[in-house]
Amino acid sequence: MEKRTIVAVLVFAIVAVFFFFSIFLIHPFGKPGQVNMDDHIIANTQNETGTNNGVTSVVFDYRGFDTLGEATILFSAVAGVLMIFRRVKQ
Amino acid sequence: MSGMSKIVKTSVNILFPLTMIFGLYVIAHGHLTPGGGFQGGAIVASGCAMIVVAYGSKWVFKQIKEKRLSSFESIGGVGFITVALLGLVFSSVFFGNFLAGSNLLFGTTPATGSTGADFNTGGVLPLMNFAVGVKVIAGLFVIVLVMAYASSVKEWDT
Repeated sequence: MEKRTIVAVLVFAIVAVFFFFSIFLIHPFGKPGQVNMDDHIIANTQNETGTNNGVTSVVFDYRGFDTLGEATILFSAVAGVLMIFRRVKQ
Repeated sequence: MSGMSKIVKTSVNILFPLTMIFGLYVIAHGHLTPGGGFQGGAIVASGCAMIVVAYGSKWVFKQIKEKRLSSFESIGGVGFITVALLGLVFSSVFFGNFLAGSNLLFGTTPATGSTGADFNTGGVLPLMNFAVGVKVIAGLFVIVLVMAYASSVKEWDT
């Protein structure tokens, strides 16, 4: 067996063991550790943002920077595709 | 590739307006129902991709240029950032919701609790949904269109 294969198997086994033991550290289903922000958003989203859709209020208002990053990702993807395929003969 | 058979074209002619209506509904009602700018834009862009499949990318290229779609995408992005900066001006925070509760455009506050709300709520969220919707429609459509056209031509101008 090659040396690279042995090293790869060893690394894979170590990472798998870490992942396996991290299962026991997950909090039980439906009982998150910190609920302060969730409760605040659920209680105040209708008064603060004036919308009934809590998900949209989080995406566009409470976490607007994240949506700005997503829009930047889409913009750079379009720019890259147009840059690659610009040389195609019309 | 110059399009598919007449059956496919007729089916697409029937399905395309329904897809447009559904996608634009998802964008416009993003602050009331599940969905939003990204999801509705993906629906509308997949309807446009259906047109590309049925009629061929060369026919679509005769109707609309990719530069125009690219400028539409830029308009959507600039509108999104403009609304965010208006929040910085009027409400002193970036992405501030300055229209909520002001009884202006989209300014009504819904009743607290699991009640129904009308369309005129949400503050700046519908505006951001429209901007992101235009951006996603143009962006995904131009990606599909340019890649379909590039796969249909034989020679590359290297």
